[in-house]
Amino acid sequence: MSTIQIILVVIVAFIVGCSSVNDQIETYQPVVACSLIGLVTGQLELGVMLGGSLQLITMGWANVGAAMAPDAALAGVASAIILIEGNQGAQGIGPAIALAVPLAVAGLGLTMIVRTATVFIAHIMDKRAEKADINGIQAWHFIGMTLQGLRVAIPALLLMLIPVSLVRQGLEAMPEWLTAGMTIGGGMVVAVGYAMVINMMSSREVWPFFFLGFALAAIKQLTLISLGIIGVCLAILFLALEGSGGSSNGSSNGSGDSDDPLGDILEDI
Amino acid sequence: MEEKKIKLTKADRFKMFLRSYFLLSSFNYERMQNGGVAYTLIPAIKKLYSSKADRAAALKRHLEFFNTHPFMANPIFGVTLALEEERANGANVDDAAISGVKIGMMGPLAGAGDPLFWFTLRPIMLSLGASLAVSGNVAGPFVFFILWNIMAAAVKWYTQEFGYRAGTAITDDLSGGLLQKVTRGASMMGMFVIGSLIQRWVSITFTPVVSTVKQQKGAYIDWEKLPAGAKGLKEAFTQYAAGRSLSETKVTTLQDNLDQLVPGLAALGLTFLCMYLLKHKVSPIVIILGIFVLAIVFHVIGLL
Repeated sequence: MSTIQIILVVIVAFIVGCSSVNDQIETYQPVVACSLIGLVTGQLELGVMLGGSLQLITMGWANVGAAMAPDAALAGVASAIILIEGNQGAQGIGPAIALAVPLAVAGLGLTMIVRTATVFIAHIMDKRAEKADINGIQAWHFIGMTLQGLRVAIPALLLMLIPVSLVRQGLEAMPEWLTAGMTIGGGMVVAVGYAMVINMMSSREVWPFFFLGFALAAIKQLTLISLGIIGVCLAILFLALEGSGGSSNGSSNGSGDSDDPLGDILEDI
Repeated sequence: MEEKKIKLTKADRFKMFLRSYFLLSSFNYERMQNGGVAYTLIPAIKKLYSSKADRAAALKRHLEFFNTHPFMANPIFGVTLALEEERANGANVDDAAISGVKIGMMGPLAGAGDPLFWFTLRPIMLSLGASLAVSGNVAGPFVFFILWNIMAAAVKWYTQEFGYRAGTAITDDLSGGLLQKVTRGASMMGMFVIGSLIQRWVSITFTPVVSTVKQQKGAYIDWEKLPAGAKGLKEAFTQYAAGRSLSETKVTTLQDNLDQLVPGLAALGLTFLCMYLLKHKVSPIVIILGIFVLAIVFHVIGLL
């Protein structure tokens, strides 16, 4: 690849990385991402073919709730680079995909690192917010996105600079305990966010609703929509019954400490 | 007060629609889409609040935890905009009310958006594009990209407008105390949703085996005695459907035992532990890194 092509591929990889975190315009879907890399390297048709094949594998990968799918963005970009570098034409599509899928799983590790790093950005934003520094918040928001772009752009650049065989060895050297442990941790850290919301919203009158939601969610047949319906109905019923009961106007909706028995207990321990 | 009411125009709302495409840009493990929410709502914050203190308060309010399907964030923004508008014009809408509305809506809407967009519309459009692309047809990527983005833009804009109108309708009826009721109801709904999300989305599975019991004859499928070939398969499935287990021994893990108490108990415990640590001013970053380290250590010793 010429220097200009390498630069163009890195730019595409950066855009694809940004798109994959925002997950709306969907340039990161392999069918689009591989085609773009094919376009800038002058092998559009080959890129489109690879994109189509890889897409059939990654079609169902989706970030649902707080869970994360393997990194389709890195899979698409990396396999396209491997294919173009390999110079085998359409015959190289199979092996390129075979290498890309473990890369997509490894890419999950990179995603986790960035998403942890952006926690620091969230705290900087808090400080900016205290000063009502709107431009500061906007800038840090996009610094966060830049990290996500680099998450794909840097591996793409490395892939073009180092031989493919080394990549394969590196992937095989990743210990199972590290990848599995990171995945398990990823399933647990979402609790931190919920804890913050609860600390903010909890008051005496809403705790029963929390436990109702928790207990009912164990029934797997209930989708989140049905749970939503139940939640709305319970709240409406509560308010309606309270209205007909008469003398219950004293209850407040504040989140003050004295109003939150469980919060007080947690604070006092 | 009626004369100098500040209103968000259609142009303002369109600006925020465009900004919402960057909702997840600074996604983080602590508060997820919070930076994107603040970023999206900045035009409204600028227009509605002029004093530094009010702006700071509004920014902080929208830097709280938020996570939903990226398209389904738009109706939530619509309602939030209506509430912020009322607040800026002097109505009694407190922070807990706005947070309650956002949190109450995000769970169910994510529950609607994930299956609809991620598991139905996107695979359909992707397979359309991919099937063309596999044979090298350059139209493949275009078909997917254009179809998807027309759909996405329409969904995002019209649901946001719908949310805004619905939100305004709620706040218009101030005299009947409807807003007060809705905001209290939203907090209840919010807590209900958080409770169920902890059960569904915080995943902890303890792997240690508590007991291995040899089962009685007839309680498991006796693979040796099945007929060969497809007949055997049929027999095996019939027996499995009748409730027989797959192996001769019944393995019970610690998780199975915990699930018999209350499913998700460990997730609940972890959440309360996080609440406790946060109340004692432990930094969320320390908690997050600690959880990762513990997860790896527990996995190595075989607990998780």
